[in-house]
Amino acid sequence: MVKKILYRGAEAEIFLSKYMGKTVVQKRRIKKVYRIGEIDEILIASRTKEEAKLIAESRTHGVSVPIIYDVDLARGIITMEYLAGKRVKDILNSLDETERKLICQKIGENIAHLHNNDIIHGDITTSNMIYLDNRIHFIDFGLGCKNGEMEAKGVDLHVLMEAFESTHSKYSHCFMYVFEGYKKQFHGDASAVMKKIDDIVRRGRYR
Amino acid sequence: MICLGIEGTAHSIGVGLIKDVNKTCKVLSNLIKTYQPKKGGIHPREAANHHAAYIADLIRDSVQKAKVDFGDIDLIAFSQGPGLGPCLRTAATAARALALTLQKPIMGVNHCVAHLEIGRGTVRGCTDPVLLYVSGANTQVIAFAEGKYRVFGETLDIGIGNCLDKFGRAIDLEFPCGPKIEALAKKGVHYLPLPYSIKGMDIAFSGLLTAAESYVSKGQSLEDVCYSIQETTFAMLTEVTERAMAHTEKQEVLLGGGVASNRRLREMVQIMATDRGAKFFVPSRDVCVDNGAMIAWLGFLMYQNGQRMNIDESVIDQRFRTDMVEVCWRG
Repeated sequence: MVKKILYRGAEAEIFLSKYMGKTVVQKRRIKKVYRIGEIDEILIASRTKEEAKLIAESRTHGVSVPIIYDVDLARGIITMEYLAGKRVKDILNSLDETERKLICQKIGENIAHLHNNDIIHGDITTSNMIYLDNRIHFIDFGLGCKNGEMEAKGVDLHVLMEAFESTHSKYSHCFMYVFEGYKKQFHGDASAVMKKIDDIVRRGRYR
Repeated sequence: MICLGIEGTAHSIGVGLIKDVNKTCKVLSNLIKTYQPKKGGIHPREAANHHAAYIADLIRDSVQKAKVDFGDIDLIAFSQGPGLGPCLRTAATAARALALTLQKPIMGVNHCVAHLEIGRGTVRGCTDPVLLYVSGANTQVIAFAEGKYRVFGETLDIGIGNCLDKFGRAIDLEFPCGPKIEALAKKGVHYLPLPYSIKGMDIAFSGLLTAAESYVSKGQSLEDVCYSIQETTFAMLTEVTERAMAHTEKQEVLLGGGVASNRRLREMVQIMATDRGAKFFVPSRDVCVDNGAMIAWLGFLMYQNGQRMNIDESVIDQRFRTDMVEVCWRG
């Protein structure tokens, strides 16, 4: 069948496809010829497997993610639910401040649910969130992992903070809304995570 | 307009003269002297002493080579940061002395942004690139977004050049170790797995460095370890650059910094660019490494677009971040 390409990212291609009569999304990791096979094959298989596991597990903790239908490790393909919503990246700047605050708080609450279960997303940016049916769905766990350390949680949030500064620079204060939501739902010491974020910022070059 | 630029952020002191021709940069001269420590890495004070010893000759020779008179120079630019304090101060002092003597305006510029702008100024077709800036201290993926040069990804610990130098020092190579590691890597055949550490668009090298050193102490061949270091670190660099290109939807990639001289890194980034249907650029070697011409060119762009700097504002900033620069010259 003809597959429609939805998005070509740095690492994977996202296709619209059919699976048992349903419209689905297929994420296929692209073989990177710039890397030697020894590195590429290990990365593709391990990232595909880890991603599918993390998505499935996040769902059991009440975080909205696509439903996984099939995983093909050899070819690096995950077949999953198609979420016909909008990327948060594309809508955030045009919302009014109240809505923006609400969405950001929801983002934070969801990240807290992930972190309560030691799920590190690895690439929390607003491009990796789909807004649909009044819910924020998290996609692309391709750089994710399981890690209970404060450091990992701090780094995870720091990626989002940077995304706010580069992509939504007028609304970079919104990261504080995210953190409010995070604080509300996080079971551990949220201020310790914030301290970690400050550490990470300072550890960066020329801070 | 003719601008003289002085670069002195780390181990190199450079003086270059440029002239703008149809909005592109014509390099009139570009001389560089590099401090070479006998042992270990850069000692900031000794590097600064080295720079102080050569700066006057470099200025004179550079002006002579450019075939201009001192009176023809319209602007003095210098590297204001980021970099090693003593080195920055030496270059800035020379720039102030020159500006005051010639009674010409002075302009301090950001070294990282200069690496990007010299690509746009000297490489035909390079207009809006994602820059992979790889040097000893710096490893950043920079692109223009929402009115500023923003760092989309960078090292969370040490620069790639620093990583290579540290490893090189552990196996008794002379500074700079990058070219020697490159030569050894060419003879490597077996890939030894090393940590591949990417967080979002940021990277980290220190774990890899420790793992590589432990391979050496376990008796693995230096060629194989060097090969594995290059393949792993450069794959990480190429991957984050590609991520930044996808994220910013830009169709050009530019290499800059000393490590951009590495053939394998160039090859990897070029393959990535070709695969994405994007253009790949590397400036010629003399403007790709730390040099005075790139400082002169950025100084010119800033001055041309209305920026001015008084002598008392020409204080150096060791931690001058890329995203602190007000980019007045790009719409």
